[in-house]
Amino acid sequence: MNLVKLTIDNKPVVVENGTTILEAAKSIGVRIPSLCYMKMDDMNFENKPGGCRVCVVEVEGRRNLAPACKTECTEGMVVNTHTVRVINARRTVVELILSDHPAECLTCAKSGECELQDLAQNLGIREIHYTGEQSHYKGDQSPAIIREMDKCIMCRRCETACNEVQTVGVLSAVNRGFESVVAPAFEMDLDHSVCTYCGQCVAVCPTGALTERDYTWKVIEALVDPTKTVVVQTAPAVRAALGESFGMEPGSLVTAKMVSALRKLGFDYVFDTDFAADLTIMEEGTELLDRLNRHLNGDQEVKLPILTSCCPGWVKFFEHQFPEMMDVPSTAKSPQQMFGAIAKSYFAKKLDKKREDLVVVSVMPCLAKKYECTREEFSVNGDPDVNVSITTRELAQLIRNANLDFASLPDDDFDQPMGESTGASVIFGTTGGVIEAAVRTAYELHTGKILEKVDFKELRGMEGSRKATVDFDGLKLNIGIAHGLGNARKLLEEVKAGKSEFHAIEIMACPGGCIGGGGQPYHHGNVDILKKRQRAIYEEDKGKPIRKSHENPFIQELYKEFLGKPMSDLSHELLHTHYFDRKKKAEVE
Amino acid sequence: MAIDYDGLLASGSMMGSGGMIVMDEDDCMVSVAKFYLDFTVEESCGKCTPCRIGNKRLYEMLDKITLGKAEEGDLTRLRNLANVIKDTALCGLGQTSPNPVLSTLDNFPEEYEAHVKESKCPAGQCRALMQYVISPKLCTGCTLCARVCPVDAISGDKKLPHFIDTSVCIKCGACMEKCKFGAISIQ
Amino acid sequence: MAKVKIPENKVQELKDLCASYNNEPGELINVLHGAQGMFGYLPAEVQEIVADQMNVSVAHVYGVVTFYSFFSMLPKGKHPISICMGTACYVRGAEKVLDEFKRHLEVKVGETTPDGKFSLSCLRCVGACGLAPVVTIGERVYGRVSPEDVKGILGEY
Repeated sequence: MNLVKLTIDNKPVVVENGTTILEAAKSIGVRIPSLCYMKMDDMNFENKPGGCRVCVVEVEGRRNLAPACKTECTEGMVVNTHTVRVINARRTVVELILSDHPAECLTCAKSGECELQDLAQNLGIREIHYTGEQSHYKGDQSPAIIREMDKCIMCRRCETACNEVQTVGVLSAVNRGFESVVAPAFEMDLDHSVCTYCGQCVAVCPTGALTERDYTWKVIEALVDPTKTVVVQTAPAVRAALGESFGMEPGSLVTAKMVSALRKLGFDYVFDTDFAADLTIMEEGTELLDRLNRHLNGDQEVKLPILTSCCPGWVKFFEHQFPEMMDVPSTAKSPQQMFGAIAKSYFAKKLDKKREDLVVVSVMPCLAKKYECTREEFSVNGDPDVNVSITTRELAQLIRNANLDFASLPDDDFDQPMGESTGASVIFGTTGGVIEAAVRTAYELHTGKILEKVDFKELRGMEGSRKATVDFDGLKLNIGIAHGLGNARKLLEEVKAGKSEFHAIEIMACPGGCIGGGGQPYHHGNVDILKKRQRAIYEEDKGKPIRKSHENPFIQELYKEFLGKPMSDLSHELLHTHYFDRKKKAEVE
Repeated sequence: MAIDYDGLLASGSMMGSGGMIVMDEDDCMVSVAKFYLDFTVEESCGKCTPCRIGNKRLYEMLDKITLGKAEEGDLTRLRNLANVIKDTALCGLGQTSPNPVLSTLDNFPEEYEAHVKESKCPAGQCRALMQYVISPKLCTGCTLCARVCPVDAISGDKKLPHFIDTSVCIKCGACMEKCKFGAISIQ
Repeated sequence: MAKVKIPENKVQELKDLCASYNNEPGELINVLHGAQGMFGYLPAEVQEIVADQMNVSVAHVYGVVTFYSFFSMLPKGKHPISICMGTACYVRGAEKVLDEFKRHLEVKVGETTPDGKFSLSCLRCVGACGLAPVVTIGERVYGRVSPEDVKGILGEY
C-alpha cells in the first residue's frame, strides 16, 4: 500500500495512493461542499462526473482550480479549500446553477431536503448576480414519479442509479450545452418507457427534479368521506425509517407510534402489510415446495429456480427485459396486493360491506407500489384492490398536517385480524428477508420437523448478490439473493443460460431491499442509514413471539374460514397473478 | 509581439490552428467577443456548470452590452464570471472560452465603456446603438431616401432637408446607400 | 412522433451494418454514421433497432444522436445548404447571408422546406476562409457570397 503525504488547509494528512482530495479532506474533518458527487459503498453506486464544479479547491502550482471529488492526492500536494479565489468561484458556480433553476422553494416538494437549497444556504448566497434565460422542459407525470426537469442540475445521479445500479436504461443525458437534460429516449414520458418505477432516481436526486407522485390529498378525502371505511396497511420497512422524518436516529423502530398516528389520522382499521407477508409465505413457500418436489420427482415441465415476486419494480423489470422467462417467478402477488384482495373480500364480508365501500390505503417504502395499484389485473370492475399507495415520506407529511407530535405519541397496537404478524413477515423489509421467511416455513412443511434455529444468518447481509445453501434435513437447497436490479439481471442471465445453480432466488429491486426503497426518507447517500434500518428490522423480528409465518393464528384462521389451503382455487383467484410481455410496450407513441 | 506559442499566450491569445484574422476600427470588439461566445455556447457539451450555464450567461451579458442595455457594474460582473469559468471549467473549451472576453476587456476597455456608459458603439457595428442621421447642410431634399425607406421613417418637403424618425427607423441602411450627396451618416 | 415503417430489407441492411461492427457498443457512433448514410437521417425506429442490436439502451442511443450536431432525426432536404459561420465568414457578413436564405426559404436554421427541396444549417469553418463568406449546397461551394447573390444561387436548383 503506497501512502502519500500532503497538506490540506495547513494540516498534514497521510492517505492511501488514489485517494481523492475530497476523501482526504473528509478524513481530517474538512468538509468540502459538493453537489453532483455521491458514493455509496456496497451499493455499487458511484457518481462523480466532476460536472457541478462546486467542490473546487486551490492546489498550489496548478493553473486552475481542481475538483476535489476527482483529483487524486499526490505527494507533497498543498491544498487550500477556502481561499478567496475558491470561495468566489464556488459561490459563482452555485449562483449560475440557481440562475437556471426555478425559484419555487416555498412550494417545492423537496424543500427542506434539497441539497441545492442547503448548499446555497451554507454558502450564504443572498443574491444571484447572473441572470438570463432559464431552461424549460416538458413535464412528465407517471402514476409513481413526477419529473420536473426545469429543476434538474445535471448532476447525473439518476442516470447512474438507472443505468449502472439498476441497468434499467431509461435515462440518458440528451441534447447538449444549455439544452442538455436527463430524459428517456425521444423524451417520451416514463409511462411509455421501460421504467420500473423503482424510484432509485428519486432517492438520489439532490433537488426537486424527480419526486414521487403525492397522493396524500386522496387519503385525506377518503378519511373525511362518511360513506367509506378506510383501511390502512403499513409495509415492514416503513416502521424502521419513519422516525427519521421526525428527527429520530436512523434505525429507530417506531411501530407502536406509527400505529398510534394512523389511528389519530382517522383510519377505521389500522392493519399491517406484514399480515399479508405471512400470507405470501404460505402461498409462495407452498409453490416453492410444489415446484421443488415435482422437479425432484423428475417432472421436466417444472421450472427452477423459483423467483420471488413481491417486488413490483422487479416484476415490471422482468416483464420488459426478460419476457421470455415469465414462467420462472412465483405467481404469488405482492403482500400489498394480497392484502388488498383479502381486505376487499374476506374482511369486507366480515364487516358486511361491499368492496366499493372500503378504501384500502397502503403505506409503502416504495414508488413502484403506486404503479402496482394501477395495474388492471389488481382491480374488480374498476375498483382497485388497493386504492391509494403513499410512501413513508407522505405518511410523515400527513402526520405533520394533523399537527401530531410524533415523538410523544402513546404506543398503540394494530387491529385484528389483519394486523397480526410474525417475525418472518417483518424481515420482508430487507434484502434476504423474504427468502429467510420462506425457508422458515418451507423447512417445517417439507421436513415435518420443528425448526429450532430460525435465524439464517447466512442469508443476511448487504452484498449485492449472495448465495447460501440451506440444509432441509438432507436436501440441500441452493439459494440466491440479489438486491438492486443490476445484480438481479446477472442472476437472471444465468438462469436464462441454464447455468443457474439455484433452487430459489430472492430479488428486490432496491439496493438494501425495501429499507432502501424510493419512498423512504432521503438517505442523501449515507449507506449507514440503510444498515441501521436493516438492524432495526432484524431487531423487530427477534422481539416477536411468533417468528414463522404459518404459525400466525390469524393466517391459520383465514385459511380455515375462507381460503381453504394454500394454492387452493380461491387462493389462486385472490392471491396469485400472471405477468405480461411488455417488451413491445416501450415504444415511441 | 512574437508570433509564437508563448508570445500569443502572454497576450491573452493562443496559437490555435495558426490562422490570423485582421480586424480594424470598423469591427466592434464587444460584438467579436460575443461572436466567439456564441460559438462556445453552441459547442458546450453541457457537462459542467461553468461552461453550460456560465458561457450562456457571458453571452447574454455581452448581448445586453451590444444592445445598450448594460448597467453600471456589469463589466465587473462580466470579468468575474469570465475568470471563474476559466478557473473552474472541466475541459479546454470552457477553460479558454472566456479568453476573447478577457483580452478584449483588457485591450479595448474604452469600447466596452462606450457601449455601457454612452450607449455608443465606436465601430458602428451594434445595430441597436446606431442612429442614422441626415445632415441638413448636405441634404438637397431630392426625396430619394424617403422613397427607398421601407418603413416610411423619413419625411421632409421637396428641396428641403429631410429628417429620420429614429423611433420608426429599422436601421437597414438603404437610405445611406442611395444618398448621392453623402448626407446620411451613422452616429 | 410519427411512425415511419422501415422496409424489411432495410432493417436487415441495418442489422448487417451493426454486425459489421460486431455489435460492439463502443462502435455506436460509427454505426450511427453508417445508418444516417443509409437513411439520410435517424428516425426513432432506426435508433431502436440499433439499440437492440448493439445491446445498449435506446435512451443512450438517443442521447448520442441528440448530442452530435451531425446526426439528425429529421430528413434533410434534397439540397442541404450550409452557411459557414467561422470567424472570417462572420466578420465578412455571413449573418446577413444567412438571414437572406432564411427569408427566401421561409425556414429556420435546422429546418427543411415543406417541399423537401432545401434544408438550412450553419457550420463552423469549411477551411476556405479566403473565400469568405462561404456557402455550401450539397457538394458545391460558393465563395464571397453577398445577400444579393442568394436569390440567384437558389434559382440554380
